[in-house]
Amino acid sequence: MNLIEVSGVHAGYGGAPILNGVDIAITAADIGVIVGPNGAGKSTTLKAIFGLLKVTAGTVTFGGRPITNAMPDALVPLGLSYVPQEKNVFTSMSVHENLEMGAFVRRDDFSDSLTSVYDMFPPLKEKRRQKAGELSGGQRQMVAMGRALMSQPKLLLLDEPSAGLSPRYVLEIFDTIVRINKAGVGILMVEQNARQALAFASRGFVLAAGKNRYTGTGKELIDDPEVAKSFLGG
Amino acid sequence: MDQLIFFINKVLISGAVLGSIYALGAVGVTLIAGILRFSHFAHGDMMTMGAFFTFVFAIIAANLGIHAPVPTGFLVLPLGAAVTAIVALGLDRMFYAPLRRRGVASVTLLIASIGVTMMLQGVIRLFAGTSMRTFFDREPKLIYRLDLSFLGGTRPLTVTQPDALMVVLVGVIVVALHLFLSRSRLGKGMRAMADNPDLAQVSGINTQLVIRVTWLIAGALACVGGTMLALDVSLTPDLAFNIILPIFAAAVVGGLGQTYGAIAGGFLVGFAETIGVFDWSVFTRPLKGIAPDWLANAPTLALVPTEYKLTVSFVILVVVLLVRPTGIFKGTST
Repeated sequence: MNLIEVSGVHAGYGGAPILNGVDIAITAADIGVIVGPNGAGKSTTLKAIFGLLKVTAGTVTFGGRPITNAMPDALVPLGLSYVPQEKNVFTSMSVHENLEMGAFVRRDDFSDSLTSVYDMFPPLKEKRRQKAGELSGGQRQMVAMGRALMSQPKLLLLDEPSAGLSPRYVLEIFDTIVRINKAGVGILMVEQNARQALAFASRGFVLAAGKNRYTGTGKELIDDPEVAKSFLGG
Repeated sequence: MDQLIFFINKVLISGAVLGSIYALGAVGVTLIAGILRFSHFAHGDMMTMGAFFTFVFAIIAANLGIHAPVPTGFLVLPLGAAVTAIVALGLDRMFYAPLRRRGVASVTLLIASIGVTMMLQGVIRLFAGTSMRTFFDREPKLIYRLDLSFLGGTRPLTVTQPDALMVVLVGVIVVALHLFLSRSRLGKGMRAMADNPDLAQVSGINTQLVIRVTWLIAGALACVGGTMLALDVSLTPDLAFNIILPIFAAAVVGGLGQTYGAIAGGFLVGFAETIGVFDWSVFTRPLKGIAPDWLANAPTLALVPTEYKLTVSFVILVVVLLVRPTGIFKGTST
């Protein structure tokens, strides 16, 4: 059964619509990767799912439940988490407090989640009293993902997790994403490093001009000469 | 020795009192600026309003024959603070929340708050008139005199009872605020929202709740600050409107959005004002014959005349905005 289903979604910021009918469906075991040229509506798709801009047509369901245009404070308790591409940590707060903010919606004891996040990102445990704004780009990305994991999501939405990272960190972050997925969290991410990301994606979606252009498994998309030529740089 | 005691009385004690009042106002201004992203110009009048609520409760308590070892104004302060906090929440609901829902620019909210200023002053005058009132018409204002004659002075160190209580109370409030912001879930949520409102929203932090708590805290502290000022001087409808400039100076010096900065800024501006108007000639006069005549015989050596005390905070504000617009604690520069 699909964890999330986006069907025929149209959305925009009030002006000309940016999404003109996007379809996405993945299961809890999937890593779904959205690729496409600049302005294709990749990040906008994640924002539309997460209630950050208005869906004007189409539906979004999560675990069989309609969540079209639901607000983040309703979605996080349902098991949806989102990591923005930029400004994704509370810079003036400590690493530990950043993680606590991820668990804001939880009223139960979340020390288990803290332990598992620190286990997943050992450097954070060392720096947990340090302000997140003082960390390197790669460590900030760890804080951002750790924060999102604190609410025990079933689906993690990641907006370009590798943006601005050095190649070594890109591999490390991708490796972490695969580990998170193996721990039972579905992943839907937008990526600029399309070829690299599709290599470990179980589902791939190529968007262009706010619409699905190609849909398939990661491998199918990489092997498709059309996709490779037009979207993966040959 | 007498000169030193005079200095302590005039600069240190007065500065601490003034600084406490400014700090209480500036914390509210900075919380609102950090979380709601606008400069709340009606904050001074919220302080005045709070002082009036406390005043009304003090009259009721006095008529009921309630007496305490502390001034009645202090006794009923929690009631006044509670009412002011609720009214602050109501003001937000009525005037600022509808504008926020439309997503207006922060300058629009600022102008709305100037409207609220006028409205509050009008309402206060409508109910209380324009006369000057005092908390101490039925009870004496106790003055503690600390005899320092063993140190060779002839003057005592004087502190009024409300001033002493005020400085202690502000200390308690600062500690409580610190614990709330650094330990409690909601306090951390407030800091998160001031730090990055978009990320706070996507983390699922209940931003509406945070906004409500912000108004409750800002309103309660405004009432405490306003009542302190009324206890220190007297109660008039334009009581705290007159100190809105030093309060904003304190918030800006501390870095808008920075709570600890606002407290530090409040005391900095308070001490700067008392130092600014202090007549240094008490120190130079004994040097007659040693120091040059213009120094030893100067009629006054104050940096600014008392009537121009406000220029001190104005100068501080201008200098900070020119040299370090984000304030000493690095707040938002807007």
